[in-house]
Amino acid sequence: MLSVQENMMVEFTPALLEQFGDVVARYPAERQKSALLPILHLVQAEYGWLSVDAMDKVAYYLRIKPIEVYEVASFYTMFFLQPKGKYVLEICRTGPCCLVGAERIMQHIETRLGVSEGEVTADGLFSWRGVECVAACGFGPVLQIGPAYTFYENLTEASVDQLIDDLKEKAKNQ
Amino acid sequence: MARKLLLTHIDVPGIETFDVYRKQGGYRAVEKALKTMTPDDVVEEVKKSGLRGRGGAGFPTGMKWSFLAKPEGVPRYLVCNGDESEPGTFKDRFLMTKIPHALVEGMIVSSYALGAHTSYIYIRGEMMPQIRIVERAIAEAKAAGFLGKNILGSGYDLEIYVQPGGGAYICGEETALLESLEGKRGNPRIKPPFPAVAGLYGCPTVVNNVESIAATVPIINDGAEEYAKIGIERSTGTKLISASGNLVRPGVYEIELGLPVEEFIYSDEYCGGIANGKRLKAMVAGGSSVPILPNNLATKTAKGEARLMTYESLADGGFVTGTAMGSGGFIAFDEDQCIVRNTLNFTRFYHHESCGQCSPCREGTGWMEKVLHKIEYGRADVADIDLLWDIQRKIDGNTICPLGDASAWPVASAIRHFRDEFEWHILHPEEAQQRNFGLAHYADPLTPVV
Repeated sequence: MLSVQENMMVEFTPALLEQFGDVVARYPAERQKSALLPILHLVQAEYGWLSVDAMDKVAYYLRIKPIEVYEVASFYTMFFLQPKGKYVLEICRTGPCCLVGAERIMQHIETRLGVSEGEVTADGLFSWRGVECVAACGFGPVLQIGPAYTFYENLTEASVDQLIDDLKEKAKNQ
Repeated sequence: MARKLLLTHIDVPGIETFDVYRKQGGYRAVEKALKTMTPDDVVEEVKKSGLRGRGGAGFPTGMKWSFLAKPEGVPRYLVCNGDESEPGTFKDRFLMTKIPHALVEGMIVSSYALGAHTSYIYIRGEMMPQIRIVERAIAEAKAAGFLGKNILGSGYDLEIYVQPGGGAYICGEETALLESLEGKRGNPRIKPPFPAVAGLYGCPTVVNNVESIAATVPIINDGAEEYAKIGIERSTGTKLISASGNLVRPGVYEIELGLPVEEFIYSDEYCGGIANGKRLKAMVAGGSSVPILPNNLATKTAKGEARLMTYESLADGGFVTGTAMGSGGFIAFDEDQCIVRNTLNFTRFYHHESCGQCSPCREGTGWMEKVLHKIEYGRADVADIDLLWDIQRKIDGNTICPLGDASAWPVASAIRHFRDEFEWHILHPEEAQQRNFGLAHYADPLTPVV
């Protein structure tokens, strides 16, 4: 029976734990470590990033060592080990997108947000970074925003401005 | 119009739902296989079709299936590789978005053939919308009795689950994918043993690409002979080609293998020519890892024959004057593009995505990036081109998995065909430094990765 230690700082909600249970059920008995990536995605979607406390608690839940979680979380680029902006704009910076202007879009986002790659805007709303090929090369330039990883294709400077304005508006109304 | 097998019903409204897909003849292959064929019959049919793996390596799918070990009392697994991350390749994302049931149906047919009762579809984590779409398709198929216990009363049980990746190109390599599916870092395993003998959880496993699995549906529906009639030589059937770069109409096209490259680029049925009235400078046929070809070798072989979209014709001339079908990621470069800059971009990609397990790849990809950075910005000398050539040779063939080779081939082919451009950067340092593609500076490889 899998369980969660009670006295840690992060408290996973019952709804989240139920989702963990659904994931673990996909694998054979004693192979629950396979659930690690899906569970880290769920935790990051809930908290925005993966704190050491959260990773420790995942380790305890899956009955594996904390180092096994750290080494996975640090290997894959989708997991944030530091807090980021509420919206992380991830722009594809690989060849095919660059052929159709991705570098100009990156420059525009940097100027518009006023922060360098990886930094967080003063209002805590935005971060941006270049990412490697996101498999949408024919529709470039492309950016994606987690946790749902919504794609925005055929970007122009105007459409990026509109997107940023929309996200600001959305945050204001939440 | 070319014959379509995978994208036949792409324009039918609601084709992503079970009901519409079923009305268009969907899941007939499952009925046929489970009710009238033994698993070995299905394997034999796929073998006879000549289908070759659509993920990049082009290995015959039926033969791969027949290697699967079948020890008593040990489960077997089918794992679908949907970790599409090769620059230039986006066909699987398209297929999963538009016709998810083609994949689910193919998974059922293929799992039945292999005797697998639990199958996994590993989809790259960034494709969260596609993960949701495929999960919904699985749930619909299950509700209709095509998954679960005793499917269609055949006595065959099957469950399919979707596994999200974490953002690592290396997980497209089959053994790295299995490691990732087991909840570990995506470090490729040394082969042998091959997954067919010891794969997921040490059990016999087949790993197939999304498109390969979807292609089993028309093979079972229409029969291997009909499938093999399409295409030529050892390139049978249809192939999804994802076209990007400086084209009038980039996108995903289903072609009959054997189509002339020239027709694919210039005809209105496909890409419609080079964008903005410019001329083609170079092309990559099968994703960033295959050799780049200059204009004169893109549409014609070295012998002057028309270059065709087949595994054989694209590879004609080996890696000196040929390239490879790879994953079907077709990238067109117009006359204004800089090959050195693109090579730097691709090399940065491989450096970033190297898992770090083998020294030639871990150190070599970064070293190539540094040298290319120097050349791109006019801070190198001519000897650096030879150094670059030397580094890629030392990586090629010297790593556990093909990522090392994949990083070496674009560099080798760029130097082979466009050496004058590398020299231009070195001989015209001021002009090279003044070029601005949008970013004031292209991140120096010594800058920490964010």
